[in-house]
Amino acid sequence: MGYNVMSNEEMVKEFLIESNENLTRLDQEMVELEQNPDNIALLSSIFRTIHTIKGTCVFFGFSKLEALTHIGENLLSRLRDRCLQLTPEITSGLLSMVDAIRQILFSIEIEGKEIDTDFSELIERLTKLNKEQTTNKEPKSLNQQPESYNKDPQILSQQLELSSKDSQVLSKDPEPSNKELQNPKETRRSVVPSNKTEALSDFVSSNNKTEILQMLSGFNLDIEQANRSNSTFYTESTQETIDLNKLQTENRSLTQVLSENTRNTQNLSDNSIRVDVSLLDKLMNLVGELVLARNQILQFTATQSDSAFIATSQRLNLITSELQEGVMKTRMQPIANIWNKFPRVVRDLAVLCGKQVHIEMEGKETELDKTIIEAIKDPLTHILRNAIDHGIELPQVRQALGKSPEGCIFLRASHEGGQVNIEISDDGGGINSEQVKQKALKNGLITPEQAACISEREATNLIFLPGFSTSEKITNVSGRGVGMDVVKTNIEKIGGLVDVQSKLGNGTTIKIKIPLTLAIIPALIVTTAQERYAIPQISLLELVRLESDSTNLGIELIHNTPFYRLRGNLLPLVYLNRELMLNEANLSHKSNAINIVVLQADERSFGLVVDEINDTEEIVVKPLSKHLKGISCFAGATIMGDGKVALILDVLGIAQNANVISEVRDRALTDKLTKPLEHSEHSEHSENYQTLLLFRVGKTGRIAMPLSMVARLEEFPSTSIETAMDEEVIQYRGQILRLIRLSKLLYPNAPSLPEQEVIEVIVYAEQDHSIGFVVDSIIDIVEENLVIQHRSHRQGILGSAIIHQHVTDILDVHNIIDRVDPHCFEPVISNKDISYVSM
Amino acid sequence: MSQCKQFCTFFLDGMLFGIEVLKVQEVIRYQEMTIVPLAPKIIKGLINLRGQIVTAIDLRQRFKFSERFSHQPPMNVVVRTEDGAVSLLVDEIGDVLEVKEEKFEPVPETISEIIRDLTKGVYKLKDKLLLVLETEKAASIDSFQDRLVKKGK
Repeated sequence: MGYNVMSNEEMVKEFLIESNENLTRLDQEMVELEQNPDNIALLSSIFRTIHTIKGTCVFFGFSKLEALTHIGENLLSRLRDRCLQLTPEITSGLLSMVDAIRQILFSIEIEGKEIDTDFSELIERLTKLNKEQTTNKEPKSLNQQPESYNKDPQILSQQLELSSKDSQVLSKDPEPSNKELQNPKETRRSVVPSNKTEALSDFVSSNNKTEILQMLSGFNLDIEQANRSNSTFYTESTQETIDLNKLQTENRSLTQVLSENTRNTQNLSDNSIRVDVSLLDKLMNLVGELVLARNQILQFTATQSDSAFIATSQRLNLITSELQEGVMKTRMQPIANIWNKFPRVVRDLAVLCGKQVHIEMEGKETELDKTIIEAIKDPLTHILRNAIDHGIELPQVRQALGKSPEGCIFLRASHEGGQVNIEISDDGGGINSEQVKQKALKNGLITPEQAACISEREATNLIFLPGFSTSEKITNVSGRGVGMDVVKTNIEKIGGLVDVQSKLGNGTTIKIKIPLTLAIIPALIVTTAQERYAIPQISLLELVRLESDSTNLGIELIHNTPFYRLRGNLLPLVYLNRELMLNEANLSHKSNAINIVVLQADERSFGLVVDEINDTEEIVVKPLSKHLKGISCFAGATIMGDGKVALILDVLGIAQNANVISEVRDRALTDKLTKPLEHSEHSEHSENYQTLLLFRVGKTGRIAMPLSMVARLEEFPSTSIETAMDEEVIQYRGQILRLIRLSKLLYPNAPSLPEQEVIEVIVYAEQDHSIGFVVDSIIDIVEENLVIQHRSHRQGILGSAIIHQHVTDILDVHNIIDRVDPHCFEPVISNKDISYVSM
Repeated sequence: MSQCKQFCTFFLDGMLFGIEVLKVQEVIRYQEMTIVPLAPKIIKGLINLRGQIVTAIDLRQRFKFSERFSHQPPMNVVVRTEDGAVSLLVDEIGDVLEVKEEKFEPVPETISEIIRDLTKGVYKLKDKLLLVLETEKAASIDSFQDRLVKKGK
């Protein structure tokens, strides 16, 4: 056995890849085991992993690795056999063993040989752990036994041979041996119940490794029980041999299990192969080019009339799309690939900081592009570290605060419209924004004037400034003041956003939004001043087209800044041609229509006015040259179907240039963002979330109705009200819209308010009929957990609920329609009613 | 034995310029290009060079020469720089010339600063002078503008 690895290079490589995978799993399982020390299946799995590594490294002659894994294996087998009780020390010991194994494997990978470091200390530590507890239960000699194996692999193999003979004898033994167990002077063979042995030999030939393992563990337990019940009768020497025997049998059967195991993995590997990432990258680039070529052909096809050609290009189109999707998928990896390392990280850090922390995950299976997975690994680990070191309090502190002594870190990942949201929340102390502000001031990161006027949220976000650290002392874990800024830059580098929200005393949530993939994105193509631009669809909310007759109505100016009223909310408008300082003379004045692309930038929306909206297209993002990096309005460039280059707009950059993002809106955002967090705290009602339209009726009536029941919100000049059949109506979209004054209906006794020039109307539509509710003002659109607390007996009101800290009546739309015009919606009302009541 | 160097030559505002042949990736006819709003004036636009997006820099703007006549479409000299390929827009393409090293002379001090800044020197040919372009500098926008800003202060 030497370092003759050169000839086996391929095999060593396989061994390394496999072992690394196994080790990752091991980390996880260890932590799990610590919480659940009685889980035999888990222990067996860990044992198997270590055993596999050991078996293979004996084969390759990696003696250090073998010595290390062997002692670990012994320790594990004692644990599994219940000779040892799992303690944190043992877990730590085993984890450091895993680390050492990883270290050795790494050096094998790099240098082709084992690392020179001496691991005898660790081995000693593990041996000691092995001894410590066993001495309480069993004679010392037992524990020394495994060590003798340890020292010389040759002895081990000799003993293995021996044991195989033994087991042959064993399986021949026909007698049930319980009686013989009573007699301590019997030979060692008799100790093992022969029915077990027979079953064992049967099972070994079977294919099912789990059954064997179950069998084995049961088998060991039996021996253990037998050992215990009879131990008083045994002389030391006999027991020693029994143990020896047991170990050997086990060794042999496990070797067989191992070979079964290998056979199984071979079956698995028939279905999957390992591919070099660089090959995938190359494939990805090629597919990108193919998509471009396809787009060009499709554009050309539009001018052709040859049906065979059109059919062919359509097929090409389909195949290309599928190919693109397929290649993208090959690069997708579940986020679990990085998360699975976190339980170990959390455990180690928690132990280091003297805290109790457990980690929960949701959405492990969320898939991301490989490059992105790699890019977010370090930032996430860093956030986690911060959460444990700074966020979660010490157990005593937590208890004093009435929290459970064990802190919780919650990871959540989910897809949302071409983006991935990742949330890391902890239930620790939260961030003291005041303290953050003071610290930033002290470190000279902000000026006193700035400190005086920044909002709480902005203050919290100061933690992302370079050189910031609130930690009073630098610990091993964090506090060096480099970190959160790196997290931010790293995430922004891949087109992501980070945001932190914190409630003092309740914890911190860090939200990360990142794109699914970087290479090919769907985009909306628009034209302004005869130039095409691509807008990534991620930021696209909706498209609004204002036809000539409503052009002047819709857009209002506040000190020359244009706004459009979009469903009652002011939408700031940004003219793309002005923003890009393009020649206005190029504008086509032929059509009076205005195209508004409603975009979302950093949680705020604004309308981008363009000349024309063309189409959506999959585009391949190409970076801009260094010359153009400084222009924040562009995120990159792409090649269009006709071969021309189009610039990709950076929505965030444009919003910043146009000053859409400002402090006032920032606050509104904070409210919006903190709400979902609060919701998750009382999640028992969370199914009842509804978007509600809040409006005022009469002087005091604060009323809400589900937004889903609102067709449109309109304003009409009061002069346009006409009467038909003694009822107020209005001409609306070529139809007669009946108006119902809610104030009269709901508060018949209240004095009516003076008539306003413009009336606010909520249009409710069902099938072809619509009806307009006249209200006094629209207050807001809110998302609220609707719990009707106070049922009403009044007509037209379902009951009352607390919405935004105000008691609000909930409108019973159907009841009102019933009262006013029972035949209006007759055919539909019955089933609709049910859905409304079930709200 | 004096050493020889090969230059790809082109005309700009009546002057003959040269770029070392090895630095030139290719010379192509005028391409339709996409303008880049908000970009410095010297950047004429982006061209699609077989799937690669290349920034086109107008050398006339770079040298602060007069505007090119519109009826005369410029040519693209695509050069390799540290930051990838960059296309330089020139008036007309000349021959590839081989010149002897001994004919080289640094740029005389009397020439305007911009030209001195962007050229390495002059080769004295039989009937005319060949100005050697400082390619990296000419293909970047920073160095020159930075200096202007500093001077302004």
